[in-house]
Amino acid sequence: MSLMRSFLLLFSLAASLLAAPALAQSDPETLRPLINELANGKYSETEKQIGALVATGDPQVAPALEALSDGDLYVRKADGEVFIIKKAGKAYALIDPLTLETAGEAAKREMDKIKVNNKLRRVIRSALGSLTLMAPDPTVRMAAAEAVFKAKDPDSIEALDAAIAAEADDGVRKKMEEARAAAVLNSDMDEAAKLQAVSTLGTMGNRDALSLLIAVQSSSEGALRDAATSEITKIEKSIAAWDAAQNIWYGLSLGSVLLLAAIGLAITFGVMGVINMAHGEMVMIGAYVTFVVQEFIRSSAPGLFEYSLFIALPLAFLTSGLVGVAIERGVIRWLYGRPLETLLATWGISLVLQQAVRSIFGPTNREVGNPDWMSGAFEIGQMTITYNRMWIIVFAMLVFAGLMLVLKKTPFGLYTRAVTQNRRMAASMGIRTPWIDAFTFGLGSGIAGIAGVALSQIDNVSPNLGQGYIIDSFMVVVFGGVGNLWGTLVGAMTLGVVNKFLEPYAGAVLGKIFVLVFIILFIQKRPRGLFALKGRAVEA
Amino acid sequence: MKSAFTKLALAGLMASTMIGGASAQEDTIKVGILHSLSGTMAISETTLKDAMLMLIEEQNKKGGLLGKKLEAVVVDPASDWPLFAEKARELIEVNGVDAVFGCWTSVSRKSVLPVFEELNSLLFYPVQYEGEESQRNVFYTGAAPNQQAIPAVDYLMNEEGVERWVLAGTDYVYPRTTNKILEAYLKSKGVAEEDIMINYTPFGHSDWQTIVSDIKTFGSAGKKTAVVSTINGDANVPFYKELGNAGIKAEDIPVVAFSVGEEELAGLDTAPLVGHLAAWNYFQSADTDANAEFIEAWHAYIGDDKRVTNDPMEAHFIGFNMWVEAVKKAGSTDPDAVIDAIVGVSVPNLTGGYSAMMPNHHITKPVLIGEIQEDGQFETVWETSGLVVGDAWSDYLDGSKDLISDWRAPLSCGNFNTATGKCGGSGS
Repeated sequence: MSLMRSFLLLFSLAASLLAAPALAQSDPETLRPLINELANGKYSETEKQIGALVATGDPQVAPALEALSDGDLYVRKADGEVFIIKKAGKAYALIDPLTLETAGEAAKREMDKIKVNNKLRRVIRSALGSLTLMAPDPTVRMAAAEAVFKAKDPDSIEALDAAIAAEADDGVRKKMEEARAAAVLNSDMDEAAKLQAVSTLGTMGNRDALSLLIAVQSSSEGALRDAATSEITKIEKSIAAWDAAQNIWYGLSLGSVLLLAAIGLAITFGVMGVINMAHGEMVMIGAYVTFVVQEFIRSSAPGLFEYSLFIALPLAFLTSGLVGVAIERGVIRWLYGRPLETLLATWGISLVLQQAVRSIFGPTNREVGNPDWMSGAFEIGQMTITYNRMWIIVFAMLVFAGLMLVLKKTPFGLYTRAVTQNRRMAASMGIRTPWIDAFTFGLGSGIAGIAGVALSQIDNVSPNLGQGYIIDSFMVVVFGGVGNLWGTLVGAMTLGVVNKFLEPYAGAVLGKIFVLVFIILFIQKRPRGLFALKGRAVEA
Repeated sequence: MKSAFTKLALAGLMASTMIGGASAQEDTIKVGILHSLSGTMAISETTLKDAMLMLIEEQNKKGGLLGKKLEAVVVDPASDWPLFAEKARELIEVNGVDAVFGCWTSVSRKSVLPVFEELNSLLFYPVQYEGEESQRNVFYTGAAPNQQAIPAVDYLMNEEGVERWVLAGTDYVYPRTTNKILEAYLKSKGVAEEDIMINYTPFGHSDWQTIVSDIKTFGSAGKKTAVVSTINGDANVPFYKELGNAGIKAEDIPVVAFSVGEEELAGLDTAPLVGHLAAWNYFQSADTDANAEFIEAWHAYIGDDKRVTNDPMEAHFIGFNMWVEAVKKAGSTDPDAVIDAIVGVSVPNLTGGYSAMMPNHHITKPVLIGEIQEDGQFETVWETSGLVVGDAWSDYLDGSKDLISDWRAPLSCGNFNTATGKCGGSGS
């Protein structure tokens, strides 16, 4: 798909360039030897060659450079002619790099790829940037402006001035002005121009601007230096505030992952009092259900891929829930009231489940794709928010609300609460307590299963997936208060935020240790956790 | 009941090995495979077990060794480090194997070292490791730091002009030692203290938001920045996912990884990772006839065209062929004879050259830097012009600078101190 996209981009780019009358145009055949030269030699020579191509100022070279950057520029071994290729089954479709007309086909072994590395890609990006500032597509112009900003090349000021004058889109113009400011600071223009550039960067206010301003501060004197210093203080202050906000966001995001992993356990351990060491494996099963669903969609209905997670959710709930019911009926119900044996038995089950998954799906990680709406990030001020984290927070809240609803507003929830509060009385009232036990355990396991669907988006899907979460889950439930869902919510969020505030200072390893020590001390003080249950249930 | 069951199992085991043992004396040479098939490391080690079985099968098709068939003995140490030592003992004492191919993590290797020394057997260790070790009974066919980490850093410094470094690793012995060596190396190249950021995370770390944003901040200081990653195993997937989502492109901040190969990428959507780097001694994409043959054999053996090959598999390929050649040269599988014969043995590797066993029990290898492609493969963007000799003792650490290793007579020492002229400078 991305190949497709790059081709579209390439052609639109070429079209735009051909339409730009201001730039020099020459006979393609004079450029051909230069392009064919790209295939010779090492990276350093390719780089020189790119420089030579850009120096012609001829926009016709852009598609070839774009293709080189994408790794689609090949050379024919027989005669050294360079072509843009498009994969067509076992062969390559050849496209002339200058006229963009198709030029036949070639077998794979007849062609050699022209090698490109990150440095060359950077060189190409900044070269293309100055060539495409006038492209008709605003996203291309935006990318061009960003490339020019990074290049900070004083030679591009003229092109930028022309582009700014012609620009209609406010966002793109702003970016271009920032790019111009960066270039001006790098040039030998007069102080007034530079002062203005400093204030442009000051309003930009992010880390890129900060690093440019610091460079100005250390290399200049007088008014310019003062202006830079005052802008730097301003930016640093705002960045500090945004950093705090970002940390809270990270904390909430970690908290919501903890909540998802722990909330099923809050039911089986918290409400029923069963120490279920196989809880993590329920999460893992949910993740594998997602994998199976995606594999099925990939092979039979690729169009549904964007909805794969929604299809996986109920299936994961059912699969994990059924496994949970089977475990409860098969093993746990014989062990009620014997916590140590339950612990050992469920631990054994967890090993069995892991090895079973390993035998069925193999020991290696399985690829679960992110739908487009789960990929990428957007920015609020100086804060980057990734979509997958955002949706997982939303999802965790929805699961929590849904579970509350089930427990508080449905007959099943009523029975469950009755059984946990006073089993014998509930039985006397005609509630079939064994079935309620089984369904409650199934509900807890099913919730773990849908947590697995969410976690498959941020973690690896391997047989060990569950192990990473089991300790954290118990920590959250015990900290929040056994038997209280609100406690689990507050506990998860608190631990998440505390962890993220500790991490920058103490590092990830020490941070985790501190949190553990903190919980141990806390449990000494309040053995029943944050929100202790009161009343008769506690004594039972 | 449990003990009765154990006894039964033991009896069965003994009976089977006795039968096996009796016939083994006559017509088979036994090769032990010590890789975890369950537990956390099964993810990496199971493949190596399969690769070894394939190599043994192929050797048998060629007529075996010294006129005898080879027989694989597979045990499962279950990612449990002390169990590695027990299983190694079982392989050597009970099953009577002549050589063992196995281990992945450094801690499992350290746990079996005394066993191999005591029982005088042979271990071929196929994984890149932190160095600072050379043992008479062990052959290190994976990369030492100077065959992976140092050339990778050189590449970034010279080709990409990197000036600021993030050394990110999982918190255990391999990343810590490698980063110590790299830090010393970078400083010797004039990199300032404040241009190096070192970060460790626990095993299986899954929440990379803070670290990725720290890397972004560190990289926005105006100098070209790169991440050198010794992040291990499962933690890589969430790390790369976070990198991709946070929009850190390889053109801006490249990540070069030492523990990410084709096998790890198989569990990932690689589209956002194109251009990030890995340093190995072998890539599946190596364009040689030997490699094409190996891949074809592997696909035929495993029955799945999508399974990838990786660097430790090549290390086993080289190690196994070296052992075969050494046994032929010595005319026996006796460990002492093989240890004497194997130094200097040279066999083809899969990247179009030859690898030779050096007197320090490390081998010569080319170093390749590859970029991740969209199909989960690597494309070699740079390689050393010749072969690099594995260096057991780093030249950049104070304690090991003066140490050399040479297991040939008359020196026969794994840690000869050239400053004091004595064997046993430090370490094992």
